[in-house]
Amino acid sequence: MEFRDAWSIACKDLRIELRSRILTNQIAPYTLLIVVLFGFALDADTQTLRDTGPGLFWVAVLLIALLAIQRAVKIEDDDAARERMLLTPVHSSSVFFGKAIALFIQLFALEVLLFFVMLALFDLSVEDPLLICLSAILATIGVASSGTLYGVIAAGVGVRETLLPILLLPVLAPIAIGATRTFGDAFGRVDADGWAWLGLLSVFAVVYTVLGMLAYGQLVEDA
Amino acid sequence: MKIKFMEAKDTQPSATSSRSTRLLGFCLALGIPVLVLFAFVFSPKDDTMDDAVRLLYIHVPVAIFSYIAFGITAMGSIMYLWKQSRWWDTTAHASAEIGVIFCGLTLVTGSIWGRPTWNTWWEWGDVRLVTTLVMFLMFIGYLALRQVPASPHVRAKRAAIVGIIGTINIPIVNRSVEWWENSTLHQQSSLTDGNLEDLTLFTWFLGTLIMGIAYVWLMIHRFRVGWLSSEHEALGYGAAIEERKAEADSLTGPKTETSQEGESQ
Repeated sequence: MEFRDAWSIACKDLRIELRSRILTNQIAPYTLLIVVLFGFALDADTQTLRDTGPGLFWVAVLLIALLAIQRAVKIEDDDAARERMLLTPVHSSSVFFGKAIALFIQLFALEVLLFFVMLALFDLSVEDPLLICLSAILATIGVASSGTLYGVIAAGVGVRETLLPILLLPVLAPIAIGATRTFGDAFGRVDADGWAWLGLLSVFAVVYTVLGMLAYGQLVEDA
Repeated sequence: MKIKFMEAKDTQPSATSSRSTRLLGFCLALGIPVLVLFAFVFSPKDDTMDDAVRLLYIHVPVAIFSYIAFGITAMGSIMYLWKQSRWWDTTAHASAEIGVIFCGLTLVTGSIWGRPTWNTWWEWGDVRLVTTLVMFLMFIGYLALRQVPASPHVRAKRAAIVGIIGTINIPIVNRSVEWWENSTLHQQSSLTDGNLEDLTLFTWFLGTLIMGIAYVWLMIHRFRVGWLSSEHEALGYGAAIEERKAEADSLTGPKTETSQEGESQ
């Protein structure tokens, strides 16, 4: 795997997103809308929102991740871009890594936005910023890696929009559980050892990245 | 590849059974009432779990065989990616379907057992419960993927990768009690702790044997259905058209060469 190739592919995906402005004009407002809807659904009770804030954060991340992954797949579906990329002398693991990096950067940017909005609207206070940062990075690596892999599994399928959530959300559930516990600990909302759960997130980040690099090449040729 | 059960006289298999599967089915039909008798009549109540212990003669064996079923799915998936053999793909698919049924039964019986024992149907704080549910949902997704129209090879390859990833979750489920002991209500394995003895232990083994026979019996039948289905798919529309033509010919008589020439002119 060539990191330079991977970075080129990541830059290509990010450039397309910047030019299309779908991330900024559609997905980012959707993120804010989710937070507002949580407020309505939980009866605008600040104490409840504070207690459930970590879980709501990661539910919102999973929902926007589904949109971002669908977007990443669609970029390659249009104009037979995937077939053209396969013709280039780039190893499939570099393609996987590049697409995962692009997805990671987009998701992380949205998570930063979501985090500060929730801090303000839910009146949350952070007790352990380092734990927040590390768990967000590790969980996002897991989401981006598995999302890139499952995105190509659902690529070229007529029922992609409905198939992808069924396949991906159970895979992301352990990440959501671990990340919710670490955020809960970092916000001082749950009595859990956030650093121990960080270990679980590391395992999932590594496992999904390695599996993705191994399996992507097998799948992308048939997508 | 031609397999024995398909060699019917008219080349149309009328059933997926054979002498050995009928024997297995007979053992199962006989074994289930015997297990019910031992579970509800002969075996004693437990000191702590009371009558709820009787549910464990089903709950634990179906849980074990759901793990085995998903393990076989993973093995079939790995072997498919290696050998590209339809036999392994059909095995993985058949085992996943039975695994989903067994895993669903594990969740339902566990929930019923939890109500009198833990005073709740479901405990979100219990890692083993949650991860078993996640595993169940993962394989529901696997089965959904198998229904998506695609060429047999592409479908099998995609399913194989999803099956392998789903199975990676199994060790986490199985060892979760040991890994996160502080966040589970589940007790340690009653068998390894030596809490089961005499008739209770025998009934538990009997339950495991019966569930094992049920798994093998279902697996053979599901495999054969899957194999016939893929054979049918491989024959495709061509065979169906030929069949319809033959039917039409039998009603109106075959067209002669002279009449065909006349039509073309």
